Amino acid sequence: MASSDERRPARWYVPWLLVGPGVLWLMFFFVIPLFSLGRTSLQDNGFSNYTQAFSDQGTVVVRTFVYALACTVLCLAIGYPLAYFIAMRGGKRKNLLLALVVLPFFTTYLIRTIAWVVLLRNDGPVVSVVGSLGLTGVFKAVGLMGSDGQVFGRAPAVVGALTYNFLPFMVLPIYVSLEKIDKRLLEAGPDLYATGSRTFRKVTLPLSLPGVFGGSLLTFIPASGDFINSTLLGSLRTTMIGNIIEKNFLKPALRPESSALSFVLMALILIGVLVYARLLGTEDLL
Amino acid sequence: MSFVRRYALGVWAAIALAYLFLPIFVIVLFSFNDPPGQKNYEWGKFSLDAWLHPFQDENMKNAFFLSVKVAVVAVTVSVVLGTAMALSLVKYRFKGKGFVNTLLVLPLTMPEVVLGFSLLTLFVTANVSTGFLTIVIAHVMFCVSYVATTVKARIRGFNWSLEEAAADLGAAPWRTFRKVTFPIIAPGVFAAALLTFALSLDDFIITYLNSGNEPTFPIYVWQSQRSRIPPQINVFGTLVLLVSAALAISGVLIQRRRERATG
Repeated sequence: MASSDERRPARWYVPWLLVGPGVLWLMFFFVIPLFSLGRTSLQDNGFSNYTQAFSDQGTVVVRTFVYALACTVLCLAIGYPLAYFIAMRGGKRKNLLLALVVLPFFTTYLIRTIAWVVLLRNDGPVVSVVGSLGLTGVFKAVGLMGSDGQVFGRAPAVVGALTYNFLPFMVLPIYVSLEKIDKRLLEAGPDLYATGSRTFRKVTLPLSLPGVFGGSLLTFIPASGDFINSTLLGSLRTTMIGNIIEKNFLKPALRPESSALSFVLMALILIGVLVYARLLGTEDLL
Repeated sequence: MSFVRRYALGVWAAIALAYLFLPIFVIVLFSFNDPPGQKNYEWGKFSLDAWLHPFQDENMKNAFFLSVKVAVVAVTVSVVLGTAMALSLVKYRFKGKGFVNTLLVLPLTMPEVVLGFSLLTLFVTANVSTGFLTIVIAHVMFCVSYVATTVKARIRGFNWSLEEAAADLGAAPWRTFRKVTFPIIAPGVFAAALLTFALSLDDFIITYLNSGNEPTFPIYVWQSQRSRIPPQINVFGTLVLLVSAALAISGVLIQRRRERATG
């Protein structure tokens, strides 16, 4: 976008002098590493590293996608109404409420996740609260608890913690796009005899889609690469791609397979983003 | 909109906020714990021990100061590089600008584990042993994008002819920068520095893959999680939270006073 205050530099090299060092840093330590990742992924056995990765880790790849998707959907379900409430009903307390959403994320990621271990551990607070409410049967029936009546080490614990850790990344972009909506448009709905829910469906929701799209990306991408939540709250049955890379990064012989998995992860994200943009009709944001 | 629906929305927001604060409550509470086992998972009895002796574990102390050292160096480098990029991108029209903007956004669209692991493959190929230097390199890499984006957003719309006016009045370029440009961009630069300091201090995944034998604070937490978790970790979690909250509040207050001053 060419804004009006942009100007032609007095000498052509001035802008490059300013961006140069940063560009070089990113070329050396971001772009070139991607090439070296590509080269490593073809080491020893060439392309069969990829087929090997798929046959060894097929379930892990699928699981990673499912967990990241579930985390994104949950963040949307929890985060959209929260963002809507702050943007539309926040009034004078808007900034305070936003600060409350962000504040928990100032503590160290790992310490936050360990707090979930305290809450969800075997026979821990969550298990006993569910038990004393007499809901153990319900939790077992819907799969939130295993047959042993525990939450820890299973998919819902991992996905729940992932959702927790990335929720603000969903709330903030949605809040921004809701906040931008011209409130007169929302008044026009009822003026033209549209019901509340119709106004929401036809006006508010479509106008907030850029925020939904942005928030989903900011949730899905880090969730799909995460290994912290799965390590701390999961078990061998919740292994994600990140766990494999983390487990093997010090073993030179396994680096080609890990590199191949990294590319599989990036491809997964790319496909997810493109399909999602298609579905939402937000391709022009890409 | 019906009363019931309004009510439901408020209740939902309250539950969501409770969900966000539940672990924070646990972190603070368990910093006052004297755990029965090696790991600070179960409530034993109330104790001020961890608060009175926060640096009891030498390794934790070293890890904490290493993290601060990394953050100071990485923030300084990335603020200089990122601010220069932002200035150039906002001020000038030039060939290759789209490329630079894309280069800045791309690292933010990749999961950390890919960024970290690809950097490791480079260091391995180039025979560079990982340690303090490689941690800083990695941190600057992901911080530069945040600095450039934050500063860019804050200085868009600035009237650059003020710089020309200074030059016309005989100010040397450095003086123009110090007296005109810097005061204008300072709030954006400060915000970017705070953000990247927090990101650097908290980063685990990229750091872990490129740290060699230099455990930063998050790596210390990760390693101790396997054997023992002292309540001192919660003391730090609480302190980081308090300091950030204080910074955020003072930021809001300064902003408010400035708005009042400028009307």
